[in-house]
Amino acid sequence: MAAVVIFAYLGTLAWSVRLSFSSSKLLPRNDFIGIAQYLTLFDTPRWLTSLGNLVIIAFFFLVICFILGTLLAIFIDQNVRAESLFRTVFLYPYAMSFVVAGLIWQWILNPEFGIQQTMRSFGFSGFVLDWVVNPKMVLYAIIMATVWHGSGLVMALLLAGLRGIDGEIWKATRIDGIPTWRVYLQVILPMLRPMIITSLVLLSISIIKMYDVVVAMTNGGPGTASEVPAKFIMDNLFERANIGLATAASTVMLITVMFIMAPVLYFQYFRKSGSSS
Amino acid sequence: MTRVTKPTIIVKRPLSAQQIWGRIGIYAFLGGLALFFFLPAYVMLVTSFKGMDEIRLGHIFTLPQQFSFDAWVKAWTSACTGLDCTGLRVGFWNSVKIVVPSMTLSILLGAINGYALSFWKVKGANVLFACLLLGSFIPYQVFIYPLVRVYAQAGIYGSLPAIVLTHIIFGMPVMTLLFRNYYSGLPVELFKAARVDGAGFWKIFFAIILPMSAPITIVAVIMQVTAIWNDFLLGLVFAGRENLPMTVQLNNIVNTTTGERAYNVNMAATMLTSLVPLVVYLVSGRWFVRGIASGAVKG
Repeated sequence: MAAVVIFAYLGTLAWSVRLSFSSSKLLPRNDFIGIAQYLTLFDTPRWLTSLGNLVIIAFFFLVICFILGTLLAIFIDQNVRAESLFRTVFLYPYAMSFVVAGLIWQWILNPEFGIQQTMRSFGFSGFVLDWVVNPKMVLYAIIMATVWHGSGLVMALLLAGLRGIDGEIWKATRIDGIPTWRVYLQVILPMLRPMIITSLVLLSISIIKMYDVVVAMTNGGPGTASEVPAKFIMDNLFERANIGLATAASTVMLITVMFIMAPVLYFQYFRKSGSSS
Repeated sequence: MTRVTKPTIIVKRPLSAQQIWGRIGIYAFLGGLALFFFLPAYVMLVTSFKGMDEIRLGHIFTLPQQFSFDAWVKAWTSACTGLDCTGLRVGFWNSVKIVVPSMTLSILLGAINGYALSFWKVKGANVLFACLLLGSFIPYQVFIYPLVRVYAQAGIYGSLPAIVLTHIIFGMPVMTLLFRNYYSGLPVELFKAARVDGAGFWKIFFAIILPMSAPITIVAVIMQVTAIWNDFLLGLVFAGRENLPMTVQLNNIVNTTTGERAYNVNMAATMLTSLVPLVVYLVSGRWFVRGIASGAVKG
């Protein structure tokens, strides 16, 4: 059964890659034109913009999510009251759809009605918060929405990790008189490496695939200021009828994901369980 | 997960000044961020109860002066998604129609696959496993075009079976992994004893394995319900105009209306759409975390 699925997977995958070497436009063609589509692709300003955007979003998203999530986990782990309430509040965005996240933040950041207008009505008439409509800032609006969506995941995974840490370690470091922040930085976090890797991989994959949040929030605009690769592929596939270019782009996406995943999977599964399986 | 007692903080002793400030710092940090995380939910809620006159004033944080459910009713029954003005309830039922069969079948298939992979030494199981792992992370965009063609050939493109099948296909790797990892933790002796008694593949599965699968099935249900309900891309491409899931309809309501945007209706619609995953999240509590964690890389 699984074998059938994998054949279907590999088959469609191979088909996609194959198409990227053809001159397919609206209809698939079976010719072979080498890497011409890839050359065109990397000559297309819109693709380059979307790649650049992805790099910026991914960088800030990963860094902020990770730091925020880790701090939240550590602070919640300090025997705080109402712990479950805090956990609920920080993780609930993750349960919601990316479309929902995009729409909510579009509304809050909307210059006519959102935070900008509220601040102005308080008398700060020069207050500007126009990220959603400002080509220079729109990426940061998207980052804000995605950070809001994803930080809870890091928190939840790391919190689970912190709870699994042996109390003896805390005793030992206390006796040695090492300051708490150094214990976290030099002892605890390295011990949590599997959780950290898991959360970073999950976040990276979700960012590479990111489509819904952009469509809901800005639809790639203003202009092409918030285009992302996944959206570029969909547009070329369905609206611009440029299958060759779209499949070339999706192959690039595939390679990127493989590049992130292969070493992680190797180390997580095959090296560790090499003897048993 | 059992709480490991931490020997460090003993609350009974009176705190020193430094510790008191530390506590205040902790709560200030958590409280501040909690406000930031909660803000969108609050804004959505208050906006959805306001009238448009009030929204035009531009105070998104104030409580509604005239509390009204009109926006919710409108979002549910008569908001326009594109040309149809029948509200989100259509999308809601579409999503239900998509989620129920996709979830049931993908979990069942995942269980069978996981069982086959972990107890019956299938030839090339390791290669299969590696492919599955990778398969669960490959971007959908790579598969979309070939799938569209195959469905078009089969005459099911843009129909309910198409979208259900798509969810089953894409759910398969993760579900198989989930069950494989769970079953590989079960004692092999059970399985061996059944073999000795002469039970076959299916008999063992239904009589022994399935009854022991309750905990992992809960995790699987949580994962699949939230993932399929929250899907946007696949629904947009494969479901066809008749079966658009709630997320797609929501986006249509918010982003394609002509004339003045009815923000209150939009926010009510957004809340309605996120209700199902939120309920799953609130009801399932820490199972939810287990679900996303095992859906990840670990098992």
